[in-house]
Amino acid sequence: MSFVSVRDVFQFYDGRPILERVNLEVEEGEFISIVGASGCGKSTFLRMLLAQETPTRGSITVDGNPPAVEPGLERGVVFQRYSTFPHLNVRDNIVAGESFRRPWGRFWGAEKKAARDRADETLARIGLDHVADNYPATLSGGMQQRLAIGQALVARPRILLLDEPFGALDPGTRLSMHDFLSELRDETGMTVFMVTHDLEEGFKLGDRVIVFDKPRWDPHDPSAYGATITYDFDARNGGFPYQTIKEETHVLRPN
Amino acid sequence: MRLINRKPGRPFALFLLMVPFVLALIAYSVGSDIRLAENPADKLLPAPSKIAATAERLFTEPDKRSGRILLWHDTAISLQRLGLGVMLSALSGLIFGLLIGLLPHLRAMFSGFVAVISMIPPLAILPILFIVFGLGEVSKVVLIVIGITPFLIRDMSQRTLEIPREMIVKAETLGASTATIALRVALPQVLPRLIQSVRLSLGPAWLFLIAAEAIASDLGLGYRIFIVRRYLAMDVILTYVLWITLLAFTLDWLLKKLSQKLFPWTEASL
Repeated sequence: MSFVSVRDVFQFYDGRPILERVNLEVEEGEFISIVGASGCGKSTFLRMLLAQETPTRGSITVDGNPPAVEPGLERGVVFQRYSTFPHLNVRDNIVAGESFRRPWGRFWGAEKKAARDRADETLARIGLDHVADNYPATLSGGMQQRLAIGQALVARPRILLLDEPFGALDPGTRLSMHDFLSELRDETGMTVFMVTHDLEEGFKLGDRVIVFDKPRWDPHDPSAYGATITYDFDARNGGFPYQTIKEETHVLRPN
Repeated sequence: MRLINRKPGRPFALFLLMVPFVLALIAYSVGSDIRLAENPADKLLPAPSKIAATAERLFTEPDKRSGRILLWHDTAISLQRLGLGVMLSALSGLIFGLLIGLLPHLRAMFSGFVAVISMIPPLAILPILFIVFGLGEVSKVVLIVIGITPFLIRDMSQRTLEIPREMIVKAETLGASTATIALRVALPQVLPRLIQSVRLSLGPAWLFLIAAEAIASDLGLGYRIFIVRRYLAMDVILTYVLWITLLAFTLDWLLKKLSQKLFPWTEASL
């Protein structure tokens, strides 16, 4: 049984099919890039992984647990916008990642102090320690997304879901965010799903690139059929498959 | 250069700011002069100097019969009624607005009801309030509450609904309960808007206060204006009107400053 298992998932909005018979098995620690044209249900699929929506038919299970009915601690998320809390300063945004699960959503006394110190360490690691007391609105887009990712990670989710996280950033910032995300991923070994419009980004970061498209198309009624996964690329080794030798042979291995 | 791109410099902007005030004052003085020239005993448009003298008398000299300076007593009681009414409304508007905005079940149950209730003209039920609550303080405060609470509830629930869904979902993924989302995510974000809505509803609140005082009261700014109307004491009425305007303007300004002070993040940007 794989870690994330999507079985025969259908999603309808008002009787219109959006997704049809989606099947996907993902191992723990894999990085899945999700690409596809606009309106092909990528974000819908991500919302279902997030348990913000439940599929009309089929099921999505994580680690064999019963399908979730609402977003919870095991899933972390970063959206393109609105992923940080504007009324909390940068440090408190990080603290919120740990404190929101508490009864009143906050720490008290010594715990509070410890949480703030931990938050400062996290901020130093993600390079935001110099703006700890600022509000998110004063940060650049790249810094805001870094904060959002850091905040999602301190909650220690089992799956990280990214909905076009770098879509609004300029190319240079985007490249440095790629490095940032790769580093964090190497450290945590987390399972990641990332929706992106940028194919290059998808192949660069992902272990697998899955493509959503409509396999059937009625020119008289474009919304008659839903989309599904049409390709599932192996994106490791720069997108060239069959590069890793799996059997023990006498052939000298490249190191 | 297009008109939309022409901007006044700072001194000129200040000058422009003063122009309508000065023009209004001049228009009044001229009108007053014309009427007084025809009939020195005219009461309708007293000279500005007479208003100033009356104002000085009202602000400083005690009433002959009671020995109290009535204007200050009127002001205190009116502000008390207004403050009580507005605070109760703000509190209930905030609580119900948040609940209706956050919880779909409560929204399904109450949003239609509040929409209908808010259409009742408050002054039309003023007689009912006088019958039910008597002619004392309660009926006046209740009129203000009934007058502005439905607006505040609707506005607050709308603002709560406008909080981006992404933010709520993010809080959910951090393990926040409904109560935590309400108190730590929604509440801080609608509080600045509550102050804005309260500023907007201060106008109606003054209207309801003065209406209630005019009809049944024995002290208060509205009561005083309507009592001296009988003697055509325009100088007193105008003094009170100016004083009420100043009070309302100050309240509005204080709320604005309070909002900036309490919620610095609303102004934060690059």
